[in-house]
Amino acid sequence: MNDKIRAILGEHARLAVDVAQLSDESDLYEAGMTSHASVNVMLALEGEFDVEFPDRMLRRGVFGSIASIRAALDELTSVAGAAQ
Amino acid sequence: MFSGLTIGLDVVDVGTIEESLERFGGRYLDRVYTPREIAYALAANDPATRARRLAARFAAKEAALKALCARERGIPPRAIEVVRSDDGSIALELSGAALAAARETSAASLSLSVSHEGKLAVAVVICTRVKP
Repeated sequence: MNDKIRAILGEHARLAVDVAQLSDESDLYEAGMTSHASVNVMLALEGEFDVEFPDRMLRRGVFGSIASIRAALDELTSVAGAAQ
Repeated sequence: MFSGLTIGLDVVDVGTIEESLERFGGRYLDRVYTPREIAYALAANDPATRARRLAARFAAKEAALKALCARERGIPPRAIEVVRSDDGSIALELSGAALAAARETSAASLSLSVSHEGKLAVAVVICTRVKP
């Protein structure tokens, strides 16, 4: 999953550095991602993983690092899986 | 009683709005903007003006979140709306989680100013607070 997240960040986050140089815990905003770019990242993640980020997850911290995005997706996909 | 103010500022590259429209289309619009904001922006004849109007509105939403100190509260962008009066003046209208955040933090008023120049849109929001 982290590889797909990194690919989406590389395409949509408009980072000032190569995403390959970032650790899973690196601060994506410090790496150049704007709040508007984070919306594109969210929409791309929703398309890739077939989930929808609920309003409560529309927080800066959720999109602050690869690890925090992964945690949010884990929660959303486990809920989706349990519902099936 | 007046107890202070906080300021939020945000800058948006209009080009990023054009990219979002191209890549995500209506899904992007519906997640970020209210029906009135979309109607106003799309009423412009040329794509560049549409993107500028949306960029100014996105900047206003972000500036409002900063002024409200609410970027970690889970507030959807649609809960902060830029509304236009007949005379062309603009203001912010809050709903849902944004309105709740304003009430919980004793925000008494939000003042908005937006501008754009070239490919940049800028918004400033000043929030006044009163002692509960």
